[in-house]
Amino acid sequence: MTSAPGPSAPDPSASPPERELGAHPEHQGRMGFFARLMENDVAYSFTRSPTAIIAATITVLAILACFAAPLIAPFDPFDPAQISLWDGKLPPAWAEGGQAQYLLGTDNQGRDMLSTILYGGRLSILVGLTAVALGMTLGVALGVISGYFGGAVDAFVMRIADVQLTIPGILLAILINGIGRAVIPQELRDDFAIYVVILAIGLTDWPQFARVARGATLVEAQKEYVMAARVIGLPAWLIMLRHVLPNVLRPVMVLATIGLALAIIAEATLSFLGQGIPPTTPSLGTLIRVGNEFLFSGLWWITLFPAIALVTLVFAVNLLGDWMRDALNPKLR
Amino acid sequence: MTDLLEIEGLDVEFPTRRGTVKAARGVGLRVARGEVLGLVGESGAGKSTIGAAIIDLLEPPGRVAGGRIDFQGESLRGRSEAEMRRIRGDRIGMIFQDPQTSLDPLKTIGEQLVETIRKCLGLNEAKAKARAEQLLVDVGITEAKTRLGAYPHQFSGGMRQRVVIALALAGEPDLIIADEPTTALDVSIQAQILDLIKALCRERNVGVIIVTHDIGVIANIADRVCVMYRGEVVETGDVAQILGAPRHEYTRSLIAAVPRADRRLPRFASVDYIEGGASAFRRIDVKTHWLGAAVREAKGEGPALSVAGLDLSFTLRRALLPKNRKMLKAVNDVSFDVAPGETFGIVGESGSGKSTVARIIAGLYKPDAGVVRLMGQDVSTAPRDPKARAARRSLQMIFQDPYSSLNARMRVLDIVAEPIRFFRLAESEAEVRRIVGDLLDHVGLGAAAARRYPHEFSGGQRQRISIARALASRPRILICDEPTSALDVSVQATILNLLRDLQEELGLTMLFISHDLPVIRQMCDRVAVMRHGAICEIAPAERLFEAPGHDYTRHLIDLMPSMDLLEPTPA
Repeated sequence: MTSAPGPSAPDPSASPPERELGAHPEHQGRMGFFARLMENDVAYSFTRSPTAIIAATITVLAILACFAAPLIAPFDPFDPAQISLWDGKLPPAWAEGGQAQYLLGTDNQGRDMLSTILYGGRLSILVGLTAVALGMTLGVALGVISGYFGGAVDAFVMRIADVQLTIPGILLAILINGIGRAVIPQELRDDFAIYVVILAIGLTDWPQFARVARGATLVEAQKEYVMAARVIGLPAWLIMLRHVLPNVLRPVMVLATIGLALAIIAEATLSFLGQGIPPTTPSLGTLIRVGNEFLFSGLWWITLFPAIALVTLVFAVNLLGDWMRDALNPKLR
Repeated sequence: MTDLLEIEGLDVEFPTRRGTVKAARGVGLRVARGEVLGLVGESGAGKSTIGAAIIDLLEPPGRVAGGRIDFQGESLRGRSEAEMRRIRGDRIGMIFQDPQTSLDPLKTIGEQLVETIRKCLGLNEAKAKARAEQLLVDVGITEAKTRLGAYPHQFSGGMRQRVVIALALAGEPDLIIADEPTTALDVSIQAQILDLIKALCRERNVGVIIVTHDIGVIANIADRVCVMYRGEVVETGDVAQILGAPRHEYTRSLIAAVPRADRRLPRFASVDYIEGGASAFRRIDVKTHWLGAAVREAKGEGPALSVAGLDLSFTLRRALLPKNRKMLKAVNDVSFDVAPGETFGIVGESGSGKSTVARIIAGLYKPDAGVVRLMGQDVSTAPRDPKARAARRSLQMIFQDPYSSLNARMRVLDIVAEPIRFFRLAESEAEVRRIVGDLLDHVGLGAAAARRYPHEFSGGQRQRISIARALASRPRILICDEPTSALDVSVQATILNLLRDLQEELGLTMLFISHDLPVIRQMCDRVAVMRHGAICEIAPAERLFEAPGHDYTRHLIDLMPSMDLLEPTPA
């Protein structure tokens, strides 16, 4: 990337002279955390993007609300003592026949919809985060290793990734999920369902991360700081961990954000198909599925409100990911 | 006769988040027809900004804040984009630095030329084609007719730059602005391109502004020179006066910093214009100093570094059948010995394999054949052998690009301390910090630099960090692969002085790789000349320059930009 500027590329001397940059770090040490954060170009670009601010606000609020569910939810949907079948299928509070204590109505078992959505959202986000973390760790590790060593290792890992990418992700997730359920004994199936779902989504995710990490590693491994580390005589694992990994994380973080949205959807899809989280501890997808059965009986609220929650959450996370991709790409700045 | 271009009091500003950067302040210059004006300065001087401001192609958010730009008696300021576009094609031609990116890779040379000619001169297809052919002949491209159908990738770098010049001439401009036109080219091609530009300037009676950082280019081509420093023109004058009897202190120090090709000097004239704060070199007492440990252990027998019969081919095209494979012989039977404490230079043009040899020695590439010995220990046949590993530690390398040779995510302390910590060369973390501070002090940065990150430093300062990191392994052999080719001349002088001081104090053996003959002459005791992967000649530096033995060496030496003008002209 050090090649000379062409007609449209910026000229090095047209940018602020580099020696002036040497002056500002002097006072950088004394600046507060916030001031230093604002020095950062990404943070600056964030404050200039209304979309990013709105998306981040929604995401953060949704995550906070879901994780604070035990504190703020009016009912505990998992506590049978608070559920009464007599209160089942009540419409939202503002509709005819609605009760004030059930703001968004109740489901077929008499659970408060608002509380169930908050608890279900928590489960969805939790599954999404852990699944992405699993896919990212696996994918980045394999990607950096194959990019750094190249040759046979690279060919082997990337061919597996290629083969996996030819199968639609959700089908693969269903397959892994099915195998996972089959090996677990019947009585433990519901308890372990959530882990099986995480594993299924995480194992479906990794090729994307591996590809991005490998591409970035190929670029970084050619740079002179990696050569310097090799000349010093550091072992390969240390070079990959200390030098390559921190420098390939940028594109990976973008992918992880968008991957989070996709993982939440994947979980919802699995649950909607009845392959995921059981209805006793429903996630957003399970709620939508259960509600779907009552949609034609006129009980629209059981499926509509969880669906709105899911769409809003995924949309916000996606917008955030899009902004991040642009902000971290120096070419688009 | 009025001047072709007249600029007065030109201010160019770049408003940024952290305040407005004034890239040019009150710049004034004139160009007449048939004259080459050299605009010279170091990086950040604002010389390219001037060129871009004239043709209204400043990178946003840059803007002209004040002053006059008059071209053929009319102002160029405040013109609409459409008007400027006509002027850019028809009346002012441009030549950019990198011929790789100045041409459209998807169109043939002919298409690009014909399109430009038709747009600028309004000729029909056939006439434009004939003109395009004539232009190629004018810029010295043989078989012009067939070449019109060729794509840019089928041309070499020098040929491509000729095509770019032909494109600049297509609209029959009165003024040509050439921004570093030869920086991306080898010396032998540089000389040809400069001759071509100068000849075209005379023949067609056009004005030329040549923007460059290279005093050698100026000496060869310019009639008059403007010296820029930090956005201001510090001195304007005839090339003979500027180079022979500079008046401004900056010009004087800039010229003094240019490595001389005609004789070897004990030190470079130090220019402390930019690298402020680089303190004087502190002597190292090898008997007591931490760095001296390796020197004290060293046994002085045999060559420090010896390579024999190195061969390496790169695969250009993979194929199952051997006859379909395409190989490039990057290094071909290279052998030499370097005595302890000696500086051995490898010189050659780009693609000669000089950096590949350095990387083989450093263990970054595995040779197909041949042996590398460090301090007598074979390190290439069994690289995982503990003895070979130990010997490897006596070798360190300094890289070309100071912007990519430091990990941007680590503090300077951690960068320099890495080998010390990994090989446990110090007793405690406190001692590691003390040693790092001391090393940074020795390379002229000061111990306080340890807390900062690489992006806070300039190119020259980063190269000092690289040197400190290399020293942290306590090496006996230092490979410098074009250590200063990315730096300004004044910074280059201070870095080369530092390398010399360190070598002298620590008795380092140095392998110095460069394409720059004057630098080689100043730094090296013996020199190997490489071409197409093989060594042409190995000779003591002085003899190589005074009486070159090989034709290719003579050719290279003849092509060095002549610096005769640097001598004070007898009045």
